[in-house]
Amino acid sequence: MKIQKDEVTHVAHLARLEFTEAETEKFTAQLNNILIYMDMLNRADTTGVEPMTHAIAQKNAFREDLVKESLSREATLANAPDARGDFFRVPKVIE
Amino acid sequence: MELNQLTIHELQEKIKAGETTSTEIVQAVFRRIDAVEKDVHAYILLTREMALEGAARADEEIKKGNIKTLTGIPIALKDLLCTKGVTTTCASHILHNYVPPYDATVVEKLRDAGAVFTGKTNMDEFAMGSSTETSYFGITKNPWDLERIPGGSSGGSAAAVVADECIAAIGSDTGGSIRQPAALCGVVGMKPTYGRVSRYGLVAFASSLDQIGPFTKDVEDCAIMMNILAGYDPRESTSVPADVPDYRQFLSRGIGGWKVGIPKEYFIEGIDAEVKDAIQQTIKVIEGMGAKCIEVSLPHTEYCLAVYYIIAPAEASSNLARYDGVKYGFRSLDGRDLMEMYKKSRSAGFGAEVKRRIMLGTYVLSSGYYDAYYKKASQVRALIKQDFDEAFKQCDVLLTPTTPTPAFKIGEKTDDPLQMYLSDIFTISTNLAGIPGMVVPCGFTRAGLPVGVQFLAGHFEEGKLIQIAAAYEKNANLGKRRPKL
Repeated sequence: MKIQKDEVTHVAHLARLEFTEAETEKFTAQLNNILIYMDMLNRADTTGVEPMTHAIAQKNAFREDLVKESLSREATLANAPDARGDFFRVPKVIE
Repeated sequence: MELNQLTIHELQEKIKAGETTSTEIVQAVFRRIDAVEKDVHAYILLTREMALEGAARADEEIKKGNIKTLTGIPIALKDLLCTKGVTTTCASHILHNYVPPYDATVVEKLRDAGAVFTGKTNMDEFAMGSSTETSYFGITKNPWDLERIPGGSSGGSAAAVVADECIAAIGSDTGGSIRQPAALCGVVGMKPTYGRVSRYGLVAFASSLDQIGPFTKDVEDCAIMMNILAGYDPRESTSVPADVPDYRQFLSRGIGGWKVGIPKEYFIEGIDAEVKDAIQQTIKVIEGMGAKCIEVSLPHTEYCLAVYYIIAPAEASSNLARYDGVKYGFRSLDGRDLMEMYKKSRSAGFGAEVKRRIMLGTYVLSSGYYDAYYKKASQVRALIKQDFDEAFKQCDVLLTPTTPTPAFKIGEKTDDPLQMYLSDIFTISTNLAGIPGMVVPCGFTRAGLPVGVQFLAGHFEEGKLIQIAAAYEKNANLGKRRPKL
């Protein structure tokens, strides 16, 4: 096994997801199969190869530091599940 | 011929000659949608009223003689492109009610060119899939056989074009999501070079791989669409400030004296015999046009799938962290505190495939596994790109199959993620290397399912792809077949 059930539960917490017992078992089996397949990468010799992070090498993209119009407060809050006044409202964070 | 069956360039001629109006074209498209959409389900949302209003405005402009490239032409948009005031769901429950306050750059560009929008097309949830079966809003069917999938993730856009439910459509391609459905539905599809088309307003999946491109009924329309879509956008920091040629100039150049590379690793065991035959027939046609086909090698091809399914989920797990039930989208009301609200909103809001990829991505990036998976995959990615650099020293373009098989049956691969991932085996290397790829119909199986050939070129050489695709289209004599719906 590449990944155990308790690891799946831990990764789910990191990803802010939760699963039923049955879902956890199914994910564990499926992730195992996928990770076993990934093992083939160990056959590739990558000694001294720089990891590639971008398809097209680009330097930092800078723009002029100018004040421009941005979204209005109304437009920004319009999609919020629970907006109150000028704020996004969430369940309590601290006891 | 009905108006909705015509191409952009054919309709432009008719509009310019005063033979038709945008209103007539849009009405023809919606008549077709009313007739076949219950079977095909290419769209998540139809914007009929807005399209008719747009057509009326276009007709005013046409009367004034003010005719732009797409004036009055009905275009469909994949539902991950932000459209101001029109819901953009990404085919996900978590965004089912999201109304963007701004337009994506490509939407702005198409509108500025005169286009009229028919609606938002169906897709795999967050573009994660190869069959359009993971949409929260139901499955899209392949117009050639309603028991089969149209490909994915841009299955709705491909199906809408081949079913004549629009004139052209926009999709996005992270590992083949334009090219694979284009092949399986029998239309033309282009994935441009990474950085060629602005992604501002595209809902992100895997940011080092995503690219926007067109679905069209022929190669000339693809050139017309690329002329509009391509170009630098200061709002998108990965868009590249490179000159954009007029792609129409490549349509009639021919390919005499060209060298076309055939990568031997793409003719694997397991490739469908009829797909292989269609590709071999295509090679003969290409050679008959004065090009020389030579065997080339892309030795790291076998690693592409593994590299992709580490890098794409890793980037996705980061991109999709923003869906937390706070600023927009679905929120579960069951959470007693903030952490529970996050978990319950995300768990109820995302579908199984999206959660699988978030889990995979979070795992490969997590402490202790990063070097073994993400770093290793990024190194092999560099080798895959080098393979292409070497190949393009020997040839002008590459020619490959697009998919190992024609369209498969609905439900055939939903229980086995790895089998589903394998349907992208010929398309994902393109995204890893950032090069452009184009798919053109190249025949049909005996059962009447379309097969597509894929052409690949070096960075920013979309013109070469249009050149060979146009030459091939002219010489292939495939005839105009239409799905019977």
